[in-house]
Amino acid sequence: MKKERPVNLDLSTIKFPAAAKASILHRISGVVMLVSLVFLIWAFAVSLSGPEGFAQIENLMTSFIAKFIGWGILTALGFHLIIGLRHLVMDMGYWEELDSGRTSAVISIVLSILLSVLVGVWLW
Amino acid sequence: MVTAAATFGRSGSHDFILLRASAIVICLYALFMAGFFISTPDVTYEVWSGLFANIWMKVATMLVLTAVLIHGWIGIWQVLTDYVKAAGLRAFIQLVFSVGLIAVWLTGLFVLWGV
Repeated sequence: MKKERPVNLDLSTIKFPAAAKASILHRISGVVMLVSLVFLIWAFAVSLSGPEGFAQIENLMTSFIAKFIGWGILTALGFHLIIGLRHLVMDMGYWEELDSGRTSAVISIVLSILLSVLVGVWLW
Repeated sequence: MVTAAATFGRSGSHDFILLRASAIVICLYALFMAGFFISTPDVTYEVWSGLFANIWMKVATMLVLTAVLIHGWIGIWQVLTDYVKAAGLRAFIQLVFSVGLIAVWLTGLFVLWGV
């Protein structure tokens, strides 16, 4: 084996391609939502336990922290859903080439960010 | 020999289909809920409990919780098998998520039962 192969350990010049970013965002958002299920099912149970429980959740959702967590969960959902739809299209055999894969990854991420901003506007 | 004991389906192909089928169910439910919140500016307790008192909504919610159970189980398996190489630790984390997902499913069932 050739000993003097080029080695690049300069991390500032190494970048994830867009498809890799989409992939890791899909995974992170999935795990985030999985963990958030604990809060969601708790809020669901309390909100349907009676008018007092509903008022408790309604009151909780006026606080910045709760809104921020809710916004984070919905942002994760948006990323996961949009990038997931891209995955379904790829299952059909489209967007598998370098160019189309890169373009669809960039568009999915941009759409997810826009959706996240919209959700933020709606929440606040 | 059993080489994939922590998968949800019987095989990789089975998991592949289950993951996508459950994704479509969750996607449709999420779109419905988004539509509900957008079209209902003032969600009161009466509106909220009325929504889940409907038998169709109970069925849809249990369907989506089942889809979440399947999707979450397979999804965390895919992530864990890539990043957690120690079999014992991976089995333990998978167990925590799997039991947690079943607990979420059961909580949803009993909550909906009483609405």
